[in-house]
Amino acid sequence: MTSTWQPTASIKTLKQRAAIIQQIRQFFYERKVMEVETPLLASAGVTDLYLENLITEFQGPGFATPKELYLQTSPEFAMKRLLAAGSGCIFQICKAARDDESGRYHNPEFSILEWYRIGFNHFDLIDEIDQLLQLVLSCEKAERYSYQAVFQQHLGIDPLTASAQELKLALMSQGEADLANMSDNKTDLLQFILSQCIEPKIGQSRPCVIYNFPAEQASLAKISKQDNRVAERFEIYYKGIELANGFHELTDSNEQAKRFEQDNKARVEAGKKPKPIDYNLLAALSAGLPDCAGVALGIDRLVMLALNKPHIDQVLSFNIHNC
Amino acid sequence: MATVSTNEFRGGLKIMLDGEPCAIIENEIVKPGKGQAFNRVKIRKLISGKVLEKTFKSGESVEKAEVMDTDLAYLYNDGEFWHFMNNDTFEQIAADAKAIGDNEKWLVEQDVCVITLWDGNPIAVTPPNFVELEVTETDPGLKGDTAGTGGKPATLNTGAVVRVPLFIQIGEVIKVDTRTGEYVSRVK
Repeated sequence: MTSTWQPTASIKTLKQRAAIIQQIRQFFYERKVMEVETPLLASAGVTDLYLENLITEFQGPGFATPKELYLQTSPEFAMKRLLAAGSGCIFQICKAARDDESGRYHNPEFSILEWYRIGFNHFDLIDEIDQLLQLVLSCEKAERYSYQAVFQQHLGIDPLTASAQELKLALMSQGEADLANMSDNKTDLLQFILSQCIEPKIGQSRPCVIYNFPAEQASLAKISKQDNRVAERFEIYYKGIELANGFHELTDSNEQAKRFEQDNKARVEAGKKPKPIDYNLLAALSAGLPDCAGVALGIDRLVMLALNKPHIDQVLSFNIHNC
Repeated sequence: MATVSTNEFRGGLKIMLDGEPCAIIENEIVKPGKGQAFNRVKIRKLISGKVLEKTFKSGESVEKAEVMDTDLAYLYNDGEFWHFMNNDTFEQIAADAKAIGDNEKWLVEQDVCVITLWDGNPIAVTPPNFVELEVTETDPGLKGDTAGTGGKPATLNTGAVVRVPLFIQIGEVIKVDTRTGEYVSRVK
Protein backbone atom coordinates (compact mmCIF):
# COMPACT_ATOMS: atom_id res chain seq x y z
CA MET A 1 0.00 0.00 0.00
CA THR A 2 1.27 3.46 -0.83
CA SER A 3 1.88 5.58 2.22
CA THR A 4 -0.24 8.68 2.57
CA TRP A 5 1.45 10.12 5.64
CA GLN A 6 1.99 13.52 4.08
CA PRO A 7 -0.44 16.41 4.66
CA THR A 8 -3.12 17.01 2.04
CA ALA A 9 -2.48 20.78 2.24
CA SER A 10 0.92 22.19 1.35
CA ILE A 11 3.00 23.71 4.15
CA LYS A 12 2.70 27.05 2.34
CA THR A 13 -1.11 26.78 2.52
CA LEU A 14 -0.98 25.87 6.20
CA LYS A 15 1.12 28.98 6.88
CA GLN A 16 -1.45 31.12 5.07
CA ARG A 17 -4.23 29.38 6.99
CA ALA A 18 -2.51 30.16 10.30
CA ALA A 19 -2.31 33.84 9.28
CA ILE A 20 -6.05 33.91 8.52
CA ILE A 21 -6.90 32.40 11.91
CA GLN A 22 -4.67 35.02 13.51
CA GLN A 23 -6.53 37.71 11.59
CA ILE A 24 -9.90 36.39 12.81
CA ARG A 25 -8.76 36.38 16.45
CA GLN A 26 -7.47 39.94 16.09
CA PHE A 27 -10.83 40.99 14.61
CA PHE A 28 -12.66 39.82 17.73
CA TYR A 29 -10.08 41.07 20.25
CA GLU A 30 -10.45 44.53 18.75
CA ARG A 31 -14.22 44.30 19.27
CA LYS A 32 -13.84 43.04 22.86
CA VAL A 33 -15.50 39.71 22.09
CA MET A 34 -14.22 37.01 24.45
CA GLU A 35 -12.77 33.77 23.11
CA VAL A 36 -14.22 30.65 24.73
CA GLU A 37 -13.83 26.90 24.52
CA THR A 38 -16.71 24.48 24.99
CA PRO A 39 -16.77 20.65 25.00
CA LEU A 40 -16.65 18.66 21.80
CA LEU A 41 -18.27 15.77 23.69
CA ALA A 42 -21.77 16.29 25.05
CA SER A 43 -24.57 14.16 26.47
CA ALA A 44 -27.00 15.25 23.72
CA GLY A 45 -26.72 15.94 20.04
CA VAL A 46 -28.86 17.79 17.50
CA THR A 47 -32.36 16.77 16.47
CA ASP A 48 -32.13 18.14 12.89
CA LEU A 49 -33.56 15.83 10.25
CA TYR A 50 -30.45 16.01 8.07
CA LEU A 51 -27.67 16.43 10.64
CA GLU A 52 -26.08 13.38 12.19
CA ASN A 53 -23.78 13.30 15.19
CA LEU A 54 -20.82 11.00 15.46
CA ILE A 55 -21.27 9.12 18.71
CA THR A 56 -18.70 7.68 21.07
CA GLU A 57 -18.66 6.38 24.66
CA PHE A 58 -16.74 7.10 27.80
CA GLN A 59 -16.00 4.42 30.36
CA GLY A 60 -13.89 5.18 33.41
CA PRO A 61 -13.96 6.72 36.89
CA GLY A 62 -17.54 7.72 37.68
CA PHE A 63 -18.85 5.94 34.59
CA ALA A 64 -18.68 2.19 35.24
CA THR A 65 -21.39 1.78 32.59
CA PRO A 66 -20.23 3.44 29.39
CA LYS A 67 -21.79 6.88 28.86
CA GLU A 68 -22.88 7.68 25.34
CA LEU A 69 -21.41 10.98 24.15
CA TYR A 70 -22.23 13.01 21.07
CA LEU A 71 -19.49 14.83 19.18
CA GLN A 72 -20.93 18.28 18.59
CA THR A 73 -22.01 19.29 15.09
CA SER A 74 -21.44 22.91 16.20
CA PRO A 75 -20.70 24.53 19.58
CA GLU A 76 -24.07 26.32 19.56
CA PHE A 77 -25.80 24.75 22.56
CA ALA A 78 -22.86 25.09 24.93
CA MET A 79 -22.16 28.66 23.82
CA LYS A 80 -25.78 29.61 24.49
CA ARG A 81 -25.44 28.19 28.01
CA LEU A 82 -22.45 30.50 28.51
CA LEU A 83 -24.47 33.45 27.22
CA ALA A 84 -27.31 32.61 29.61
CA ALA A 85 -24.74 32.39 32.42
CA GLY A 86 -23.65 35.97 31.73
CA SER A 87 -20.57 35.59 29.53
CA GLY A 88 -21.29 38.61 27.37
CA CYS A 89 -20.32 38.54 23.66
CA ILE A 90 -18.28 35.43 22.82
CA PHE A 91 -16.54 33.73 19.92
CA GLN A 92 -15.02 30.31 19.44
CA ILE A 93 -12.76 28.65 16.89
CA CYS A 94 -13.14 24.90 17.27
CA LYS A 95 -13.54 21.53 15.63
CA ALA A 96 -16.98 20.11 14.94
CA ALA A 97 -17.89 16.71 13.55
CA ARG A 98 -20.72 15.45 11.38
CA ASP A 99 -21.46 11.91 10.36
CA ASP A 100 -22.37 11.20 6.75
CA GLU A 101 -20.70 14.31 5.29
CA SER A 102 -17.66 13.98 3.08
CA GLY A 103 -16.89 15.51 -0.29
CA ARG A 104 -15.42 18.50 -2.03
CA TYR A 105 -16.75 20.94 0.58
CA HIS A 106 -17.08 18.55 3.51
CA ASN A 107 -14.78 16.66 5.80
CA PRO A 108 -16.44 14.75 8.67
CA GLU A 109 -14.29 16.73 11.10
CA PHE A 110 -13.98 20.42 10.29
CA SER A 111 -13.30 23.84 11.80
CA ILE A 112 -15.99 26.29 12.79
CA LEU A 113 -15.89 29.92 13.76
CA GLU A 114 -18.97 30.67 15.82
CA TRP A 115 -19.83 33.93 17.53
CA TYR A 116 -22.65 35.60 19.45
CA ARG A 117 -23.37 39.30 19.81
CA ILE A 118 -25.68 40.46 22.59
CA GLY A 119 -28.20 43.11 21.59
CA PHE A 120 -27.64 42.48 17.86
CA ASN A 121 -30.41 41.37 15.53
CA HIS A 122 -29.61 39.33 12.42
CA PHE A 123 -29.08 42.44 10.29
CA ASP A 124 -26.55 43.92 12.75
CA LEU A 125 -24.69 40.62 12.70
CA ILE A 126 -24.73 40.47 8.89
CA ASP A 127 -22.99 43.88 8.91
CA GLU A 128 -20.28 42.53 11.18
CA ILE A 129 -19.76 39.34 9.13
CA ASP A 130 -19.52 41.53 6.05
CA GLN A 131 -16.64 43.43 7.66
CA LEU A 132 -14.87 40.19 8.55
CA LEU A 133 -15.27 38.82 5.01
CA GLN A 134 -13.99 42.02 3.45
CA LEU A 135 -10.96 41.82 5.75
CA VAL A 136 -10.11 38.15 5.17
CA LEU A 137 -11.16 37.76 1.55
CA SER A 138 -10.42 41.31 0.31
CA CYS A 139 -13.84 41.17 -1.33
CA GLU A 140 -16.50 43.81 -1.90
CA LYS A 141 -19.43 44.46 0.41
CA ALA A 142 -21.96 41.61 0.33
CA GLU A 143 -25.19 41.87 -1.64
CA ARG A 144 -28.38 41.08 0.29
CA TYR A 145 -31.69 39.54 -0.78
CA SER A 146 -34.59 38.13 1.11
CA TYR A 147 -35.31 34.43 0.53
CA GLN A 148 -38.57 35.41 -1.11
CA ALA A 149 -36.98 38.00 -3.42
CA VAL A 150 -34.22 35.70 -4.63
CA PHE A 151 -36.72 32.98 -5.61
CA GLN A 152 -38.93 35.50 -7.38
CA GLN A 153 -35.99 37.03 -9.22
CA HIS A 154 -34.44 33.78 -10.47
CA LEU A 155 -37.44 31.48 -10.90
CA GLY A 156 -40.49 33.71 -10.73
CA ILE A 157 -41.99 31.74 -7.85
CA ASP A 158 -42.95 32.81 -4.34
CA PRO A 159 -41.36 30.31 -1.93
CA LEU A 160 -43.74 31.32 0.85
CA THR A 161 -46.93 30.52 -1.05
CA ALA A 162 -45.91 27.98 -3.74
CA SER A 163 -47.22 24.43 -3.40
CA ALA A 164 -44.97 21.37 -3.49
CA GLN A 165 -46.35 20.66 -6.98
CA GLU A 166 -45.34 24.13 -8.22
CA LEU A 167 -41.87 23.66 -6.77
CA LYS A 168 -41.54 20.30 -8.54
CA LEU A 169 -42.50 21.92 -11.83
CA ALA A 170 -39.92 24.65 -11.24
CA LEU A 171 -37.24 21.99 -10.67
CA MET A 172 -38.27 20.11 -13.80
CA SER A 173 -38.14 23.28 -15.89
CA GLN A 174 -34.52 23.61 -14.73
CA GLY A 175 -33.71 20.07 -15.89
CA GLU A 176 -33.81 18.66 -12.36
CA ALA A 177 -36.42 15.92 -12.70
CA ASP A 178 -34.44 13.56 -10.44
CA LEU A 179 -34.53 16.12 -7.62
CA ALA A 180 -38.20 16.89 -8.25
CA ASN A 181 -38.98 13.20 -7.81
CA MET A 182 -36.83 12.80 -4.72
CA SER A 183 -39.27 14.34 -2.24
CA ASP A 184 -42.83 15.57 -1.82
CA ASN A 185 -41.84 17.76 1.08
CA LYS A 186 -41.93 21.50 0.42
CA THR A 187 -38.90 22.24 2.57
CA ASP A 188 -36.78 19.60 0.79
CA LEU A 189 -37.82 20.97 -2.59
CA LEU A 190 -37.04 24.57 -1.59
CA GLN A 191 -33.60 23.46 -0.43
CA PHE A 192 -32.96 21.69 -3.74
CA ILE A 193 -33.98 24.79 -5.70
CA LEU A 194 -31.91 27.15 -3.58
CA SER A 195 -28.77 25.02 -3.70
CA GLN A 196 -28.95 23.91 -7.34
CA CYS A 197 -30.86 26.59 -9.26
CA ILE A 198 -30.13 29.78 -7.31
CA GLU A 199 -26.80 29.36 -5.48
CA PRO A 200 -24.81 28.97 -8.73
CA LYS A 201 -26.20 32.33 -9.91
CA ILE A 202 -25.65 34.44 -6.80
CA GLY A 203 -22.60 35.61 -4.89
CA GLN A 204 -20.17 35.06 -7.73
CA SER A 205 -18.36 38.40 -7.71
CA ARG A 206 -19.11 39.33 -4.10
CA PRO A 207 -20.61 37.45 -1.12
CA CYS A 208 -24.40 37.18 -1.08
CA VAL A 209 -26.59 37.12 2.02
CA ILE A 210 -30.01 35.48 1.86
CA TYR A 211 -32.15 36.42 4.86
CA ASN A 212 -35.61 35.67 6.25
CA PHE A 213 -35.84 31.96 5.52
CA PRO A 214 -39.29 30.32 5.55
CA ALA A 215 -40.56 29.69 9.10
CA GLU A 216 -40.43 25.91 8.46
CA GLN A 217 -36.64 26.31 8.16
CA ALA A 218 -36.36 28.50 11.26
CA SER A 219 -33.98 26.07 12.95
CA LEU A 220 -32.95 28.04 16.08
CA ALA A 221 -34.02 31.46 14.83
CA LYS A 222 -36.80 33.74 16.02
CA ILE A 223 -39.93 33.98 13.89
CA SER A 224 -40.22 37.48 12.44
CA LYS A 225 -42.66 39.78 14.25
CA GLN A 226 -43.42 41.59 10.98
CA ASP A 227 -44.20 38.44 8.97
CA ASN A 228 -44.76 35.16 10.78
CA ARG A 229 -44.19 33.21 7.58
CA VAL A 230 -40.45 33.87 7.86
CA ALA A 231 -37.71 33.30 10.42
CA GLU A 232 -34.85 35.67 11.23
CA ARG A 233 -32.31 33.27 9.80
CA PHE A 234 -29.73 33.98 7.09
CA GLU A 235 -27.09 32.21 5.07
CA ILE A 236 -24.09 33.59 3.23
CA TYR A 237 -22.90 32.27 -0.13
CA TYR A 238 -19.79 33.12 -2.09
CA LYS A 239 -18.52 31.60 -5.33
CA GLY A 240 -20.78 28.58 -5.01
CA ILE A 241 -19.82 27.90 -1.40
CA GLU A 242 -22.24 28.02 1.49
CA LEU A 243 -20.13 29.87 4.01
CA ALA A 244 -22.18 30.80 7.06
CA ASN A 245 -25.53 30.29 8.73
CA GLY A 246 -26.85 32.67 11.36
CA PHE A 247 -29.87 33.50 13.47
CA HIS A 248 -31.46 36.21 15.50
CA GLU A 249 -31.52 33.63 18.26
CA LEU A 250 -34.65 32.02 19.59
CA THR A 251 -34.77 32.71 23.34
CA ASP A 252 -38.12 31.10 24.18
CA SER A 253 -37.53 27.80 25.95
CA ASN A 254 -41.03 26.42 25.30
CA GLU A 255 -40.82 27.20 21.60
CA GLN A 256 -37.37 25.59 21.48
CA ALA A 257 -38.68 22.43 23.18
CA LYS A 258 -41.52 22.32 20.65
CA ARG A 259 -39.08 22.56 17.72
CA PHE A 260 -36.93 19.75 19.12
CA GLU A 261 -40.02 17.58 19.38
CA GLN A 262 -41.13 18.47 15.83
CA ASP A 263 -37.65 17.58 14.57
CA ASN A 264 -37.79 14.21 16.27
CA LYS A 265 -41.24 13.58 14.86
CA ALA A 266 -39.90 14.32 11.35
CA ARG A 267 -36.95 11.99 12.01
CA VAL A 268 -39.24 9.14 13.01
CA GLU A 269 -41.43 9.74 9.93
CA ALA A 270 -38.31 9.56 7.76
CA GLY A 271 -37.36 6.25 9.38
CA LYS A 272 -34.56 7.72 11.49
CA LYS A 273 -33.95 7.35 15.21
CA PRO A 274 -35.10 10.27 17.38
CA LYS A 275 -32.29 12.05 19.24
CA PRO A 276 -32.07 12.83 22.95
CA ILE A 277 -33.08 16.43 23.63
CA ASP A 278 -30.54 18.77 25.22
CA TYR A 279 -32.29 19.67 28.48
CA ASN A 280 -29.31 21.74 29.60
CA LEU A 281 -29.96 24.09 26.71
CA LEU A 282 -33.67 24.28 27.49
CA ALA A 283 -32.89 25.02 31.17
CA ALA A 284 -30.48 27.78 30.12
CA LEU A 285 -33.14 29.34 27.87
CA SER A 286 -35.63 29.19 30.74
CA ALA A 287 -33.12 30.94 33.00
CA GLY A 288 -32.84 33.63 30.33
CA LEU A 289 -30.80 33.88 27.15
CA PRO A 290 -30.07 37.55 26.43
CA ASP A 291 -31.43 38.86 23.15
CA CYS A 292 -28.62 38.11 20.68
CA ALA A 293 -27.65 37.07 17.20
CA GLY A 294 -25.19 34.30 16.39
CA VAL A 295 -23.54 32.76 13.38
CA ALA A 296 -21.46 29.71 12.47
CA LEU A 297 -18.94 30.06 9.68
CA GLY A 298 -16.93 27.25 8.10
CA ILE A 299 -13.26 28.13 8.50
CA ASP A 300 -12.03 25.52 6.03
CA ARG A 301 -14.32 26.95 3.39
CA LEU A 302 -13.26 30.49 4.25
CA VAL A 303 -9.63 29.43 3.73
CA MET A 304 -10.58 27.72 0.44
CA LEU A 305 -12.06 31.01 -0.75
CA ALA A 306 -9.20 33.15 0.53
CA LEU A 307 -6.56 30.97 -1.13
CA ASN A 308 -8.61 29.95 -4.16
CA LYS A 309 -8.43 26.21 -3.45
CA PRO A 310 -11.12 24.10 -5.14
CA HIS A 311 -11.15 21.16 -2.68
CA ILE A 312 -11.37 21.17 1.11
CA ASP A 313 -8.52 18.61 1.26
CA GLN A 314 -6.18 21.31 -0.02
CA VAL A 315 -6.66 23.40 3.14
CA LEU A 316 -6.66 20.56 5.72
CA SER A 317 -3.53 19.13 7.27
CA PHE A 318 -4.96 15.62 7.04
CA ASN A 319 -8.35 14.53 5.76
CA ILE A 320 -10.62 11.60 6.61
CA HIS A 321 -8.65 9.33 4.25
CA ASN A 322 -5.25 9.81 5.89
CA CYS A 323 -6.13 10.91 9.42
CA MET B 1 -29.73 -9.05 -6.54
CA ALA B 2 -26.60 -7.34 -5.29
CA THR B 3 -26.99 -3.67 -4.43
CA VAL B 4 -24.59 -0.85 -3.68
CA SER B 5 -25.22 2.25 -1.59
CA THR B 6 -24.40 5.72 -2.91
CA ASN B 7 -21.67 5.74 -0.26
CA GLU B 8 -19.81 3.18 -2.37
CA PHE B 9 -20.07 5.26 -5.57
CA ARG B 10 -16.75 5.98 -7.30
CA GLY B 11 -15.45 6.28 -10.82
CA GLY B 12 -15.55 2.91 -12.60
CA LEU B 13 -18.29 1.34 -10.47
CA LYS B 14 -20.87 -0.51 -12.59
CA ILE B 15 -24.54 -0.12 -11.74
CA MET B 16 -27.88 -0.87 -13.41
CA LEU B 17 -30.00 2.00 -14.67
CA ASP B 18 -33.20 1.58 -16.72
CA GLY B 19 -32.30 -2.08 -17.22
CA GLU B 20 -28.94 -1.25 -18.77
CA PRO B 21 -25.50 -1.70 -17.21
CA CYS B 22 -23.72 1.63 -16.72
CA ALA B 23 -20.32 2.77 -15.52
CA ILE B 24 -19.94 5.71 -13.15
CA ILE B 25 -17.61 8.33 -14.61
CA GLU B 26 -17.82 11.00 -11.90
CA ASN B 27 -19.53 11.22 -8.52
CA GLU B 28 -19.98 14.40 -6.51
CA ILE B 29 -21.77 14.69 -3.18
CA VAL B 30 -23.96 17.74 -2.60
CA LYS B 31 -25.14 18.57 0.91
CA PRO B 32 -27.17 21.76 1.08
CA GLY B 33 -26.71 23.27 4.56
CA LYS B 34 -29.52 21.78 6.54
CA GLY B 35 -31.02 19.79 3.68
CA GLN B 36 -31.15 16.30 2.22
CA ALA B 37 -27.82 15.25 0.69
CA PHE B 38 -27.64 13.82 -2.81
CA ASN B 39 -25.12 12.45 -5.29
CA ARG B 40 -24.62 14.04 -8.69
CA VAL B 41 -23.38 11.26 -10.91
CA LYS B 42 -22.11 11.24 -14.48
CA ILE B 43 -22.79 7.85 -16.00
CA ARG B 44 -21.93 6.04 -19.23
CA LYS B 45 -24.46 3.51 -20.45
CA LEU B 46 -22.34 0.56 -21.48
CA ILE B 47 -24.53 -0.74 -24.32
CA SER B 48 -25.68 2.47 -26.00
CA GLY B 49 -22.54 4.38 -25.00
CA LYS B 50 -24.70 7.35 -23.99
CA VAL B 51 -23.37 9.62 -21.27
CA LEU B 52 -25.91 11.15 -18.94
CA GLU B 53 -26.24 12.86 -15.58
CA LYS B 54 -28.29 11.39 -12.81
CA THR B 55 -29.04 12.46 -9.26
CA PHE B 56 -29.46 9.97 -6.42
CA LYS B 57 -30.61 10.56 -2.87
CA SER B 58 -27.62 9.94 -0.59
CA GLY B 59 -27.83 6.65 1.24
CA GLU B 60 -30.07 5.14 -1.43
CA SER B 61 -29.14 1.72 -2.78
CA VAL B 62 -29.08 0.79 -6.45
CA GLU B 63 -28.65 -2.51 -8.24
CA LYS B 64 -25.08 -3.45 -9.01
CA ALA B 65 -24.33 -4.46 -12.60
CA GLU B 66 -22.57 -7.79 -12.88
CA VAL B 67 -20.08 -6.39 -15.33
CA MET B 68 -16.43 -7.33 -15.61
CA ASP B 69 -13.60 -6.48 -17.95
CA THR B 70 -11.44 -9.29 -19.24
CA ASP B 71 -8.35 -9.32 -21.49
CA LEU B 72 -8.85 -11.55 -24.52
CA ALA B 73 -6.91 -12.02 -27.75
CA TYR B 74 -8.74 -11.44 -31.04
CA LEU B 75 -8.86 -14.58 -33.24
CA TYR B 76 -11.09 -14.19 -36.30
CA ASN B 77 -14.45 -13.12 -37.70
CA ASP B 78 -16.71 -15.86 -39.09
CA GLY B 79 -18.99 -13.46 -40.90
CA GLU B 80 -21.42 -13.16 -38.00
CA PHE B 81 -19.37 -13.25 -34.80
CA TRP B 82 -15.96 -12.05 -33.74
CA HIS B 83 -14.10 -14.67 -31.74
CA PHE B 84 -11.77 -13.93 -28.82
CA MET B 85 -9.68 -16.24 -26.66
CA ASN B 86 -8.34 -16.13 -23.13
CA ASN B 87 -4.60 -16.76 -23.60
CA ASP B 88 -4.32 -18.44 -20.18
CA THR B 89 -7.32 -20.77 -20.19
CA PHE B 90 -7.84 -20.96 -24.01
CA GLU B 91 -11.52 -20.38 -23.32
CA GLN B 92 -13.21 -18.70 -26.29
CA ILE B 93 -15.96 -16.09 -26.44
CA ALA B 94 -17.91 -14.80 -29.44
CA ALA B 95 -19.02 -11.15 -29.64
CA ASP B 96 -21.77 -9.90 -31.93
CA ALA B 97 -21.78 -6.80 -34.14
CA LYS B 98 -23.50 -4.72 -31.43
CA ALA B 99 -20.69 -5.40 -28.96
CA ILE B 100 -18.03 -4.69 -31.58
CA GLY B 101 -19.66 -1.39 -32.57
CA ASP B 102 -17.29 0.83 -34.55
CA ASN B 103 -14.22 -1.06 -33.42
CA GLU B 104 -14.00 -3.70 -36.13
CA LYS B 105 -11.51 -1.56 -38.01
CA TRP B 106 -9.05 -1.76 -35.10
CA LEU B 107 -9.14 -5.53 -34.60
CA VAL B 108 -5.84 -7.19 -35.39
CA GLU B 109 -5.40 -10.92 -34.97
CA GLN B 110 -3.58 -11.84 -31.75
CA ASP B 111 -3.99 -8.31 -30.31
CA VAL B 112 -5.27 -8.39 -26.74
CA CYS B 113 -8.52 -6.41 -26.35
CA VAL B 114 -10.62 -5.63 -23.28
CA ILE B 115 -13.95 -7.42 -23.51
CA THR B 116 -16.67 -6.15 -21.18
CA LEU B 117 -18.94 -8.96 -20.04
CA TRP B 118 -22.40 -8.43 -18.54
CA ASP B 119 -23.76 -11.58 -16.92
CA GLY B 120 -21.09 -13.42 -18.91
CA ASN B 121 -22.07 -11.97 -22.31
CA PRO B 122 -19.84 -9.56 -24.23
CA ILE B 123 -21.38 -6.07 -24.47
CA ALA B 124 -18.36 -4.01 -25.47
CA VAL B 125 -14.94 -4.50 -27.00
CA THR B 126 -12.12 -2.02 -26.42
CA PRO B 127 -9.14 -2.43 -28.74
CA PRO B 128 -5.58 -1.74 -27.52
CA ASN B 129 -4.73 1.99 -27.42
CA PHE B 130 -2.26 1.49 -30.27
CA VAL B 131 -2.48 -0.92 -33.20
CA GLU B 132 -0.15 -1.55 -36.13
CA LEU B 133 -1.80 -1.79 -39.54
CA GLU B 134 -0.66 -2.00 -43.13
CA VAL B 135 -1.49 0.68 -45.71
CA THR B 136 -3.34 -0.95 -48.60
CA GLU B 137 -4.34 2.14 -50.51
CA THR B 138 -3.13 5.74 -50.65
CA ASP B 139 -2.10 8.33 -53.25
CA PRO B 140 1.57 8.21 -54.15
CA GLY B 141 3.38 10.74 -51.97
CA LEU B 142 5.58 13.52 -53.20
CA LYS B 143 9.28 12.76 -52.93
CA GLY B 144 11.08 14.92 -50.41
CA ASP B 145 7.98 15.76 -48.40
CA THR B 146 8.75 15.21 -44.74
CA ALA B 147 6.61 15.89 -41.74
CA GLY B 148 3.59 16.54 -43.90
CA THR B 149 1.45 19.56 -44.43
CA GLY B 150 -2.07 18.26 -44.04
CA GLY B 151 -1.42 14.69 -45.00
CA LYS B 152 -3.57 12.45 -47.15
CA PRO B 153 -6.09 9.69 -46.49
CA ALA B 154 -4.83 6.10 -46.36
CA THR B 155 -6.89 2.92 -46.24
CA LEU B 156 -5.52 0.24 -43.94
CA ASN B 157 -5.78 -3.55 -44.17
CA THR B 158 -8.74 -3.62 -41.75
CA GLY B 159 -10.66 -1.05 -43.78
CA ALA B 160 -9.87 1.83 -41.42
CA VAL B 161 -9.15 5.17 -43.09
CA VAL B 162 -6.73 7.53 -41.35
CA ARG B 163 -4.86 10.65 -42.36
CA VAL B 164 -1.17 9.96 -42.86
CA PRO B 165 1.81 12.14 -43.83
CA LEU B 166 2.47 12.42 -47.58
CA PHE B 167 5.60 10.24 -47.45
CA ILE B 168 3.69 7.11 -46.39
CA GLN B 169 3.47 4.53 -49.20
CA ILE B 170 1.31 1.49 -49.92
CA GLY B 171 2.66 -1.59 -48.13
CA GLU B 172 4.08 0.30 -45.16
CA VAL B 173 2.99 -0.56 -41.59
CA ILE B 174 1.90 2.35 -39.41
CA LYS B 175 1.01 2.79 -35.73
CA VAL B 176 -2.44 4.29 -35.03
CA ASP B 177 -4.02 5.56 -31.80
CA THR B 178 -7.41 3.79 -31.66
CA ARG B 179 -8.83 6.30 -29.18
CA THR B 180 -8.49 9.22 -31.59
CA GLY B 181 -8.12 7.37 -34.91
CA GLU B 182 -4.91 9.31 -35.57
CA TYR B 183 -1.65 8.28 -37.19
CA VAL B 184 1.20 8.07 -34.67
CA SER B 185 4.30 6.86 -36.53
CA ARG B 186 5.76 4.62 -39.19
CA VAL B 187 6.69 1.10 -38.00
CA LYS B 188 10.08 0.06 -39.32
